[in-house]
Amino acid sequence: MSEKKKEPTRPLPKTKELDTQEFWAATKNKEFKYQQCDNCDKVVFYPRRHCTGCTGGKLAWKTASGKASVYTYSVVRQSYHPFFRNMVPYVVAWIDLEEGPRILSNVIGVDDPLNDVSIGQEVQLEWEEHEDLFIPLFRPV
Amino acid sequence: MSQKRDAAIVGIHEYPTRDVEGEVSPLQIKAESAARALEDAGLNWSDVDAIYDAGDGGGMSGLNIAEYFGLNPTVIDTTGVGGSSYEYHAAHAKRDIAAGKAKVALLTYGSTAHSNAFAIGVGARGGASMHPAENMDSFAGQTLVSNYAMVAQRHMYQYGTTSEQLAEISIATRLHAMRNPEAVQAMEDLEFLDIRETTIDDVVNSRMIADPLHLLECCMISDGGGAVVIASPEVARDCKKSPVWIIGTGEATKYPEIGGDITTSAAAQSAPIAFGEAGLTAAEMDIAMIYDSFSITVMTMLEDLGFCKKGEGGDWVTGGRLRFDRPSDGPALNTDGGGLSSNHPGMRGIFLLIEATRQLRGESTSQVAGAKLAVAHGNGGMLGSRHSAGTIILGGD
Repeated sequence: MSEKKKEPTRPLPKTKELDTQEFWAATKNKEFKYQQCDNCDKVVFYPRRHCTGCTGGKLAWKTASGKASVYTYSVVRQSYHPFFRNMVPYVVAWIDLEEGPRILSNVIGVDDPLNDVSIGQEVQLEWEEHEDLFIPLFRPV
Repeated sequence: MSQKRDAAIVGIHEYPTRDVEGEVSPLQIKAESAARALEDAGLNWSDVDAIYDAGDGGGMSGLNIAEYFGLNPTVIDTTGVGGSSYEYHAAHAKRDIAAGKAKVALLTYGSTAHSNAFAIGVGARGGASMHPAENMDSFAGQTLVSNYAMVAQRHMYQYGTTSEQLAEISIATRLHAMRNPEAVQAMEDLEFLDIRETTIDDVVNSRMIADPLHLLECCMISDGGGAVVIASPEVARDCKKSPVWIIGTGEATKYPEIGGDITTSAAAQSAPIAFGEAGLTAAEMDIAMIYDSFSITVMTMLEDLGFCKKGEGGDWVTGGRLRFDRPSDGPALNTDGGGLSSNHPGMRGIFLLIEATRQLRGESTSQVAGAKLAVAHGNGGMLGSRHSAGTIILGGD
């Protein structure tokens, strides 16, 4: 996506937020990182510094394959956001990664968002490139 | 009755104006409502010894609200969990009064969401705040409506629920609104088109905002507010109106989890606690005041409160059973007109307590004859992601 300077842009995450900064840093390598506890095996997402399954474990970073499916979605017909208002209709979805993490994202690359997206649909991770980080989006397989 | 009756709602007020045209502040709405609710109870400012505040009048409200009201309370609770804050406040007031820490609790709400032209439903969400969860969610362009719509989409997928079934909630609520002069005035002031009772066709043919939710499945954005006074049995006995007892309370939150079920809300956790404390079941309720931010919010919560089984809400609501004039079919829903058609300044929870109290006093504009029991269930935050649930069971005197 080519962007002129004055055009409204997608709201981008903060790269310095202390719980999520490693996730966002890894996106520049096109890696979707999530955490798993070395003690109780709990998968933790969104990223945090502590395990939510036990008090003793350390969280290790893992990389997801990018295979995923649509858990649920909506087609946004009306938005007042300066960037998204020009995108309607667009698809917002909770996406389940194969490894477990569920992330709020967009399903992209569909000609007809009203008919070409469905719950359970297989989708693949794709990166939207920005200067400081890349945004994880999903395209039907 | 076997329930503990250690605190009662003794005073209520719903601020009548839904468009203050920027000329009244949230704090002024709170104070005006407080005075009217205290009058309704036959009490005065000086009787209040406990304040509950969700921070809607400004920051650090626990410090500032007592001064604004001119009070010296000895219990101060600033639980802020969005729209269900007032159910939490009622629960905490009951607990504090039962513990002997307070005798007269004051809950207030004021908002000028309409005058401020907040695009609550379809506005910009995010902009990347520093909370880690927000920092993960904010890039996707999710609107508030689409957040709830994702619950509806999954509910339809898992259980076969239809838009026509969801519309039952909108039309029952509008029917009640048309009987409530303040709700009709609200719709006029907020420039609703075509103010009348609606049909299922009206709802499913209204404009789609975020699939599968249509315009007439979404709440209004008004100004407004209100107040509730809760008192000990000793105080309640001497108040002007008959007390409405708080006989069960429950609280819970829910958030996205790996493999979690988005069609089940935090109400599934809070409701059994509240009904258990009251020794009652949903089937015994005459009145269901359920936070109707959207049609799907009510559908989900009817199931989670136990009016029907999970996934059976669509069939259960079909045929108009939620109307006030069908008491043998189960509870009357949102008899004031709800957030869909009467009053939604952003955090509607206080109105659930107010209208439930009206019903149990016999004062509603859609009165259910002989109503004795009510559930008020508030939802805060966003149903399709992280949200709070507050369940309050109320019993007439």
